[in-house]
Amino acid sequence: MKPGTVAIAGAAETELGALPHMSEADLHVDAALRALADAELTLADVDGVTAAVHSPVEIAHQLGIKPTWYDGTSVGGCSFLVHVQHAAEAIAAGHARTVLVLHGESRRSVVGHAPRAGYAESPAGQFEAPFGAWGPPSLFTLPFLRFMHETGTTAEQLAAVPARQSEWAHGNPRASRNERFTVADVMNSRVIAWPFHKLECCVVTDGGGALVLTSTERALDLPRPPVHVLGMGHAADSPLVSQMPDLTRSEAFRRSSAAAMAEARISRDDVDHLMLYDAFAHVPLYMLEDLGFVGRGEAGAFIADGNTAPGGRLPVNTNGGGLCYTHTGMYGMFAIQEAVRQLRKEAYAQLADVEISLVQGVGHFFTEAATLVLSNRLP
Amino acid sequence: MTMTARAVPVPTPVTQPYWDALDRHELTVQRCADCRSHVFYPRPSCPSCGSRRLEWVRMSGRATLHSYVIMHVPAPGFESDVPYVIAIVELEEGPRMMTNLRAVAPEPGALALDMPLEVTFESRDGRTLPMFRPARGAS
Repeated sequence: MKPGTVAIAGAAETELGALPHMSEADLHVDAALRALADAELTLADVDGVTAAVHSPVEIAHQLGIKPTWYDGTSVGGCSFLVHVQHAAEAIAAGHARTVLVLHGESRRSVVGHAPRAGYAESPAGQFEAPFGAWGPPSLFTLPFLRFMHETGTTAEQLAAVPARQSEWAHGNPRASRNERFTVADVMNSRVIAWPFHKLECCVVTDGGGALVLTSTERALDLPRPPVHVLGMGHAADSPLVSQMPDLTRSEAFRRSSAAAMAEARISRDDVDHLMLYDAFAHVPLYMLEDLGFVGRGEAGAFIADGNTAPGGRLPVNTNGGGLCYTHTGMYGMFAIQEAVRQLRKEAYAQLADVEISLVQGVGHFFTEAATLVLSNRLP
Repeated sequence: MTMTARAVPVPTPVTQPYWDALDRHELTVQRCADCRSHVFYPRPSCPSCGSRRLEWVRMSGRATLHSYVIMHVPAPGFESDVPYVIAIVELEEGPRMMTNLRAVAPEPGALALDMPLEVTFESRDGRTLPMFRPARGAS
């Protein structure tokens, strides 16, 4: 797709945190109405709907939309980045005019939560689950000791990832962990899955978010500053963490980001702001290295030295990330939302100069990856 | 409190020989008769070359510790095991697999990456699982 053909014309999040009065479907609906209000559009303007946690058709019906285009691709936390790509391609091709990309998840309160259980005959059911590998704290973390061993990254550098990100979230009433904490605080927090401590694991929240996508031509006539979609990419790796070809690198991060940057016709030097999906503290380390922003084994020191923190030369996860801001289980929507806020100059921790933001998502531990390059100016 | 049962694998036709061999205390993986690649987990065709000619070969049972976590938050059914080690081991022949470690303290000081391991077999609800322990005779 030609960069700048499609734009995000509206964006909003629901309330975040513990929301026991709302089901997952309710969160989708609430997010949709807020994003439409933001774009000053109505339900009648929408012809496309996406959702990953629930069926987009079910959510469209709850909203009262009769879609002629929908996408329910569900590839974990980066699903919403993939939805933006599919929606942008559909709009560019003339198959849809206005698409709502929706997310709602009740992972903390578990109200109307769609089960996502594995099954005993699956490869994971046969070759991982019998060993007490269960969910993100065991499966996402398992490669990291090998990464430390081969790159020289230290436990203190891992702890610096959430500590540095807490500087962005400090004081933000919408962030779950909104007080600054130190490397020592991280290393003194409870061990969840050694070498990971509690503060190196994301928060667990309820929440939702929505994006309104339409053609750039139309977005320019709408009231909000358009956020232009310049580049998109996705890729996949092993669905079993034990079968990753290399526990210290993600081929999927490399391929999805290379595709997005090539489509956007930018280089790394053009990127002003990074959102790196951080369900656990090590993921931004892999991403900084795999995306080529630092060399092999340099990410730990790069973050610990403050390069990604307020005042640093490459701001990363300026909402505090999944580690501090919010994480409903599928975090990708919230990474996109922060990129949109930065590009619209309305973030809690607003950067002075930001024109291009790159959002790197991941799904199902190291299985899927997706990348978006977004900008507040046309190329 | 009701204790949830630990996960027990359920074979499919393609994986049945793997589980049957474990019942005989043999660790086997597939090997491609055309490109000679080892294939793990079991599949209907070779992911390296697409050949359907896969045969079962027995592994030595020797491996090294490739990576691990020490779980302090248990999976359902593993409540009485914490802390327990989930490891990825690299077989001498090349394939990697997930397992638990036995006969070693679940402590970082006792668990050096690349330490030599050997397979040991453990029964659970009528299935045999491949577990690993420090290799005997290794320093």
